[in-house]
Amino acid sequence: MLKQSDTILPAEGETVDDSVLALDGITKTFPGVKALAEVSLRLFPGKVTALVGENGAGKSTVVKILTGIYQPDGGTILVNGQPTTFRVPQAAADHGVTAIHQETVLFDELSVAENIFLGHAPRGSFGLIDLKTMNSKARQILEEIGAQIDPEHKLKDLGIANKHLVAIARALSIDARVVIMDEPTAALSHKEIEELYELVERLKTQGKAILFISHKFDEIFRIADNYTVFRDGQLIGNGAIADVTEAELVKMMVGRDVSQIFPKRSANPGEVVLKVSDYAHPTEFDGIGFTLRKGEILGFYGLVGAGRSEFMQSLFGITRASGGTVEIEGAPVQIKSPADAVDSGIVYVPEDRGKQGAILDLPIFQNVTLPSLGRISSKGFLKLAEEFKLAREYTERLDLRAASLDTPVGNLSGGNQQKVVIAKWLATKPKVIILDEPTKGVDIGSKAAVHEFMAELAAQGLAVVMVSSEIPEVLGMSDRVIVMREGRIAAELAGDDLQPETLVRHAAGI
Amino acid sequence: MSTTERIVPDRLRSPLEQRLKSWESLLLLVAIGIFVANSFASPYFLNAWNLSDATFNFTEKAMIAFAMALLIISGEIDLSVASIIALASTAMGAAVQIGVGTPGLVMIGLGVGLLCGAFNGVLVTRFGLPSIVVTIGTMSLFRGISFIVLGDQAFKGYPASFSWFGQGYVWWVISFELVLFAIIAVIYAVLLHKTNFGRAVYAIGNNSTGAMFSGIRVSRVKFILFLLTGLMSGIAAVCLTARLGSTRPSIATGWELEIVTMVVLGGVSILGGSGTIIGVVIAAFVMGLVTFGLGLLNVPGIVMSIVIGALLIGVIALPRLWSMWRAR
Repeated sequence: MLKQSDTILPAEGETVDDSVLALDGITKTFPGVKALAEVSLRLFPGKVTALVGENGAGKSTVVKILTGIYQPDGGTILVNGQPTTFRVPQAAADHGVTAIHQETVLFDELSVAENIFLGHAPRGSFGLIDLKTMNSKARQILEEIGAQIDPEHKLKDLGIANKHLVAIARALSIDARVVIMDEPTAALSHKEIEELYELVERLKTQGKAILFISHKFDEIFRIADNYTVFRDGQLIGNGAIADVTEAELVKMMVGRDVSQIFPKRSANPGEVVLKVSDYAHPTEFDGIGFTLRKGEILGFYGLVGAGRSEFMQSLFGITRASGGTVEIEGAPVQIKSPADAVDSGIVYVPEDRGKQGAILDLPIFQNVTLPSLGRISSKGFLKLAEEFKLAREYTERLDLRAASLDTPVGNLSGGNQQKVVIAKWLATKPKVIILDEPTKGVDIGSKAAVHEFMAELAAQGLAVVMVSSEIPEVLGMSDRVIVMREGRIAAELAGDDLQPETLVRHAAGI
Repeated sequence: MSTTERIVPDRLRSPLEQRLKSWESLLLLVAIGIFVANSFASPYFLNAWNLSDATFNFTEKAMIAFAMALLIISGEIDLSVASIIALASTAMGAAVQIGVGTPGLVMIGLGVGLLCGAFNGVLVTRFGLPSIVVTIGTMSLFRGISFIVLGDQAFKGYPASFSWFGQGYVWWVISFELVLFAIIAVIYAVLLHKTNFGRAVYAIGNNSTGAMFSGIRVSRVKFILFLLTGLMSGIAAVCLTARLGSTRPSIATGWELEIVTMVVLGGVSILGGSGTIIGVVIAAFVMGLVTFGLGLLNVPGIVMSIVIGALLIGVIALPRLWSMWRAR
């Protein structure tokens, strides 16, 4: 392990000259933030290098520099040992560097082949697109990655997993030598992840260098050959994956020992805050009933499509329920819109942060105060000083990291965006907070922080509902767990019944 | 989690600094430039009464432009505003024929404006129709009614007291319309920049789903914006009718695009989410000064619209070209 370093030791058996792509002493500064401070990175042909770090460690910035979207302020990029610059994204592509992002932009109305070759389609006479060559080339690439997709089909006819394969095929269509995968498994099912691993193996045997960015340690240890750890924009360590343990990696990432156990909580729930009875929707769910007490964390577990999020969004007033009642502290409430829900003390942290949770182009302070405008104004007129005070109070409670409160939320890392969304709701002083997949796409350090914070909220008497698909999280955090299957409650579990097997059994209906 | 010593500052750049580097500052320079150019181009330009006359080129349009600015910031648009003027003016003209007095005429003008705005608002917020389609439809509908009522006739005979709204002067060269324009500008600036309502408008324009998920009553806010736009069209109808002294169904033809031009020139993003009232105020003066200056030089109307169009594209392209040039 290295402390901050100028020179970097290649992993065992390799020399610097073997690297197909290297960053040397790269620095990148944004107004108020040093995103990268003299970091280095080496990628070798036929090897998978895992890039690990917390949110905000500088991983995305490195990807953007490698793909020519950002220009570094200092340092050099070396391709096969030759210094070079990627002035525009096309220059990176010309050097065989390609990236597969978490959410790749594809076009539903175009064919698979057109998606793969958009922007660099083979040309025939008169400069028109040579459809025949394009389709056969596309078929060849798809076969190479083992995807059984007809290149002439429209993209919209494919499932989400196959769309992902098209995105990968698109990345490979430029004859890539370096493939960057930014959390490629975040949206995939178990089976699809296995297929992705096979694909990575195949790319390795083709001699491609792979930069693999992931928050999941099991997959890092499974497919990576080397690792590089960033923290706060600095290189913390690198080497062969065989030489480190998970605990060591975690320690490098967060700079301290992180206990993998969940925060200890002494659960002594108070009186009932929320009572839902016979809650129903024409298509999504039916007969949902439960109670929730002060200081309690109630987990909702189920397979994707079990109706958990749909139910929560209905409870929050997004979609109208067709029947059932909701009581807050014993008094029945009518929730017809999110505004009604907030007034009743129910708030919802959605899974889709970018679209639903936050307004990315607005500054942090305006996001935080948006549902609490009544509290920072008098007779409808805003008081800017009180607005900043409120925003500061809650963002500090969540240990938000940002250049200023005036920064657009979209400029923050995923974990910090989530903090803004939670801060926004805490500022309304809710009675019930619903968290939908609160740690999805959040790195391990921030994950522990979110868990700790949830425990703290419950200890302060807030009633917490947590929807999660991660069994350790559900079991580690919840006092009680409701398992949903096909829109209905399959089981309500507590105490000794809270076992992984029991959860899975009820969720799958075995 | 405890708070740490690390302090996140409120702002990195002061509001003053942001304002100096803003679109509005650039636009103000353009306005001053046009003013200076005009005063050299024509000896009649720097005359208090001439300048006062020039304000009538924009006061009525700008009243609507303020409400339109809020509507466009929220991600909607209303192309029926000029037709609302026609319908409101026709209703007032018809009322004159049965002997309604000035207070009644004003009430009718504003009432018709509000009703038309409510109609647009219901179609957009209740039935979820796209506002551009709805208001293209009501643009034909409202003016169509006016044509059916009037044919090639005109309503005349407005009472003398009514004409004060379009021709009256509050003090020296300061017309009633100019004063009304200033009051409305201040009201809208406060509404957009200093109130909860204005904040909700920005939030909706940036991400209406996110705003809804934050507990903002999106439909209610949008409905109020359509109502306000209708009301402002009604006020403009009173002023314009009073100024012309008659109503023809072709009244205010083509104003909707001039108003949208004014809003966009004022720096409001046509995609919604950003813009300021002061920008629209300056844009109103810019357009008024250009029209008036070219009028003094006897430039025909069609050339004026070419100049306004070129101005719009030029002023919008300039900052982008500047940043592209700087990025190289």
